[in-house]
Amino acid sequence: MSEDVYIIGIDMIPFGRYPQRTVAQLGAEAALLALQDCGLTIQDMQALYCGNQMRAFGMVGQQILHEIGETGIPVVNTANACASGGTAFREGYIAVKGGIYDLVLAMGTEQLGKGLLGAASGGRTDGFVEEGTIGSMTTPAMFSQVGMEHQRKYGTKFEQFAKIAVKNHHHSTFNPKAMSRRETPLEEVMAAEMISYPNTKLMCSINVDGAAAAIIASERKVRQLGLMGRAIRVRASEMTSNPYTPRQDAIVDFNLVTRNCANAAYERAGVGPQDLHLVELHDCFATAEMVHYENLGLCGEGEAGRLIDTGFTAIGGKIPVNLSGGLLSKGHPLGATGIANIYEISLHLRGEAGARQVENARIGLTHVVGGMTGMGSSCVVHILEKA
Amino acid sequence: MANDFSGFLPAIPMIRIGDDGKAFIMGSHCRNCGETVPGERMACASCGKRETIEPVRLGTKGTLYNYTIVHRSYPGVKVPFVSAIVDLEGGGSLRGTLAEVEPDPAQLPWNMPVNVVFRDSGQTNPEGKPFVSYLFVPAQGEA
Repeated sequence: MSEDVYIIGIDMIPFGRYPQRTVAQLGAEAALLALQDCGLTIQDMQALYCGNQMRAFGMVGQQILHEIGETGIPVVNTANACASGGTAFREGYIAVKGGIYDLVLAMGTEQLGKGLLGAASGGRTDGFVEEGTIGSMTTPAMFSQVGMEHQRKYGTKFEQFAKIAVKNHHHSTFNPKAMSRRETPLEEVMAAEMISYPNTKLMCSINVDGAAAAIIASERKVRQLGLMGRAIRVRASEMTSNPYTPRQDAIVDFNLVTRNCANAAYERAGVGPQDLHLVELHDCFATAEMVHYENLGLCGEGEAGRLIDTGFTAIGGKIPVNLSGGLLSKGHPLGATGIANIYEISLHLRGEAGARQVENARIGLTHVVGGMTGMGSSCVVHILEKA
Repeated sequence: MANDFSGFLPAIPMIRIGDDGKAFIMGSHCRNCGETVPGERMACASCGKRETIEPVRLGTKGTLYNYTIVHRSYPGVKVPFVSAIVDLEGGGSLRGTLAEVEPDPAQLPWNMPVNVVFRDSGQTNPEGKPFVSYLFVPAQGEA
């Protein structure tokens, strides 16, 4: 039986807009912060795994080493939509778990413009614009339909979806590294510009620039360095792609792919949802958080609306969800998101989360899922434990 | 002839134009697992079998499974519109625009019957050739 794998250093830059910086500079900053967190240097790293989506052709990991030290280590650049950062982390985990390396850097960095991601042409050059003629391929439209399917099944109300945004924006007021940090009362969320029914503007994640980085270490190395005190044990690192669903061509699956991944993670870790002290899940839209309550097993089928109504997932609740403010309020720099989620859980497990600290947090779960109709989806789930 | 699309370009590959000029949607049916999906495949997406997949014309009647009302889209795209998912009679589900209905949840009951209709999209390629696309329209009185 192989030894456990740990996170010994982790950090993120405050999410925001950095038009004067490059995506590699943002990543370099996060990498240096994570190294500083455990007192190591880039010379100690045996490999780099770098998640980035929008400049996937740009060898961003190598550009980062250009900023902080060209040590000649293997660099793996990962692009997997919103799961790019989670994918990078998992690749690093696998390499350490498999005994190839003792110390690796896993990170994500992204620079995004404002507004809707994508373009009307969808990359076509023959002049036909599908958007509007063959439905919509915007991400808000896709995830609004995810919510409408929940409404169809269980009668979930617009107001209940809106409450998720109220909660996550509230949470971000405790997080100095979040983009928004502003209370948004229910009336304001519901009256905000309708983007794609039922998601208003305040129910859509914020496109921001950001970067986050983690140092992953073997058990032997953690002990040798004397860093077990603040270490985080990775109990499960799982990944899935979209399994066949009958409506896959009309809307790519985000539900079953998450369920399969979560179930694999619970099985690997030997824990269940009832054992979790907090969760950072992929709230790219308020509607998405709703369905993932059920997909991650935080409640039974059709009970997600009740979870948000009763405060179960709010700060102070039984299982707080997205205490960082989530993608809705902390911001969603695609490739960095999967590492930033791990950072948030790590803060709580270390007892360093400040005003939003979950008392005696011992086990947390992170979830990212990304994709697009016509492409596919990818899900990564991690279960983390205080070492 | 309103339904003669000879000389049109299909807006997306799964739209085909027959020798009679009629447009239809090509799908795939698997004789092994029974699944039917839009588009042609090299093997069944559901069971992975290669020998049992065959091309099939998808139906033109269906029911509204899911939708959203798009209020903000890319520059140049007219909003609001209804982006719908329709389950077709005979199998297969399509994404498309639901036209000829108010973009209002009160006017969009689950499972409402719809027809798939083929229309001149009003768009042309750089050489001026027109594209044929499909729309969903309510099938009033035909349910």
